[in-house]
Amino acid sequence: MSSRRFAVFAGLLSLFAIAGPAFAQGAVPDRFRWLTFVVFGAIIALTMYVTYLAAKRVKTASDFYVASGGVSGLQNGWAIAGDYLSAASFLGIAGLISLYGYDGFMYSVGWLVAYITVLLVIAEPCRNIGKYTLSDILAYRNDPKKVRIVGALSTITVSTFYLTAQMVGGGVLVKTLIGIDYEISVIVVGVLMLGYVLFGGMVATTWVQIIKAVLLVCASILLVMFVWTPYGFSLPAFLTAVIGDAKVQAQVASLLGDASKNMTAAELGQRFLEPGLLFKAPIDQISLGMALVLGTAGMPHILMRFFTVPTAQDARKSVIWAMAIIGGFYVLTLFLGMGAAMNVGAVNIKAVDAGGNMAGPLLAQWVGGGPESMLGNLFLAFVAAVAFATIVAVVAGLVLAAASAMAHDLWVGVIRSEHVTPQEQVKAARIATVIVGAMAITIGIAAKGQNVAHLVALAFAVASSANFPCVLLTLFWKKCNTGGIVLGMIVGTLTAIGLVLVSPNMTYPAALKASAQKVVDAAAVTKPKLEADLAAAPDDEAKAKVAKAIGTLDKSVAGAQATLTTYKDDNTSLVGLTKPWFELRNPGLYSIPLGFLAVIIGSLLYRDKRAEDMWDELYVRQNTGILATKAAAH
Amino acid sequence: MAELSQVNWKAIDEDPRFQALHRKKTMFLWGLMVFSMVYYFLLPIGAAYFQDLFKIKVWGPVNVGIVFALSEFVVAWGLAWIYSHRANAVFDVEAAAIVRDAEKSMGGRK
Repeated sequence: MSSRRFAVFAGLLSLFAIAGPAFAQGAVPDRFRWLTFVVFGAIIALTMYVTYLAAKRVKTASDFYVASGGVSGLQNGWAIAGDYLSAASFLGIAGLISLYGYDGFMYSVGWLVAYITVLLVIAEPCRNIGKYTLSDILAYRNDPKKVRIVGALSTITVSTFYLTAQMVGGGVLVKTLIGIDYEISVIVVGVLMLGYVLFGGMVATTWVQIIKAVLLVCASILLVMFVWTPYGFSLPAFLTAVIGDAKVQAQVASLLGDASKNMTAAELGQRFLEPGLLFKAPIDQISLGMALVLGTAGMPHILMRFFTVPTAQDARKSVIWAMAIIGGFYVLTLFLGMGAAMNVGAVNIKAVDAGGNMAGPLLAQWVGGGPESMLGNLFLAFVAAVAFATIVAVVAGLVLAAASAMAHDLWVGVIRSEHVTPQEQVKAARIATVIVGAMAITIGIAAKGQNVAHLVALAFAVASSANFPCVLLTLFWKKCNTGGIVLGMIVGTLTAIGLVLVSPNMTYPAALKASAQKVVDAAAVTKPKLEADLAAAPDDEAKAKVAKAIGTLDKSVAGAQATLTTYKDDNTSLVGLTKPWFELRNPGLYSIPLGFLAVIIGSLLYRDKRAEDMWDELYVRQNTGILATKAAAH
Repeated sequence: MAELSQVNWKAIDEDPRFQALHRKKTMFLWGLMVFSMVYYFLLPIGAAYFQDLFKIKVWGPVNVGIVFALSEFVVAWGLAWIYSHRANAVFDVEAAAIVRDAEKSMGGRK
């Protein structure tokens, strides 16, 4: 598509922006909102310019899907970091650390360790064997049509789960930060992302991801400098200040409840640096850890990044860079989260967002001088803009992965049996992009108000239980064949989704109603007592205290009654259960071994001599990279 | 350059140098992989079942748990460095020699 058409698109988009979204209250005060738009505008203009340049270079399907393998190892490392550090990980982990201390930091480790798997077993073989998609690897020595169908379906499933979480999270984030309506936020994210992908393909997507990663890392380093400098860059001195802070101690006390009654202030502070404030179920943590460290290597949008570099050496180099950037970022996050806990305080963080997602942005505002200062709001605007760029960059990568599965695997590979002209390939890719983009916007708006946090975990569960066993075994096990891939994909995907459907992640009206009823019943007993206290209160101070307690009680009763009304005729969850049938929130512990087992059983039952005959070729190629550039140019 | 269909895959696969490379690489990769998994899962296991150990203060308020969590980063980076060092110095060089010879023999056959 010509760059002139892109100019028209950019023009229309800016008209849309000027047309003026409706505002509500956000974290940025009204009189500083213009500042946010200046920073947002600057970042969007920069990425648009990059897309304009990229649009001239995108002519073939290879340009569109994988930038024709022309990305360097260093560039790809930054792009992987940009693709991977989603809003959930960059805002979410800082938030968890600010509210729960040690457990939040522990949570970040798995996201880095995941790249060891990518580095050791996935990146280089995939570069040597693959072309555009996950299914290309699976199709190498198997029945191409069958494995392309299951591979594409799994890619689209994983991408859609992740995409929905990003779209909903993004809409909420932009609304919380600057008060733009949720629907408009989702549409703006979707349309911007479509602009990048549609016109600039993988070239523009890569650069948007690089720009976002650089901005994110710079912003974090800057914030950490401000937060850490007063303590002479000493870790013990910094942490001593954190745990000595009354706000931190109060947060620990509120988390521990009755258990904290006999603890001193110093003990409460130290507790913030010890495990157990957030995670109570270790098996669930281990299950999530498995999904993370094996699932990342099965994420279609991450796999796709390795097709954009020219050689296996560049693929290796890009993982090393990505690990340095991602790991360094999570270490910085420790200081961001702890700094926010001490300087902003859990109460203020939770006032803006209960999940703690605003810890980083609020810390930026504090560093600049607080909510009333110009500099503080400039910093907040900058972090908000980076968060926005993050969502757009991650969504662009996901849409590209889903669109390539749709166009390259399903349309070109299965429906047209590879008989397509180069022009038709590019056209199919663009049409698929529009379809996936429209779907992302629609789902994003439809899922408004839903709790989608577990969808990211679900995406990792499917990737680790279906994609990862299939890719790993076709690369490293001679007897693996079409039967194994098809069975593995189906069993892995269905068990992961099925176990989540019957897990505590779902809403169980019966349990909700029971606990709501308990609140109502308890209030019926305590309220008269409190009212008696109110009448008997000796002075105004005591009276106010009792009145406040009554107010809190009334509020919780109102909430409980709302729950009772909402689920009046509803007793079972989505799949008809009254209570969770499976106790873990993360299915990985069971679904990953089942996925592997399915690939093995399927392969042994199916038996395919061709797949075994082609093993020599596959194994030599993935290890030597012989003629890899040739294959990529096909 | 040669076409894919002209490469004698079986000959390369049966080349003793390729088999030696394959063995060496497999051992090395799975060794690192298993070590990284075990080391990683020690963190959630320790945080859940060895809390008394994790709570021991070693450097001001910094306790064993924090040191261990930070060490996860160092170990991950260390493993990545060891792998890439070995791959650049050994695996790439040996694979390149095998590919060179294979291409030479193809050229001779034509």
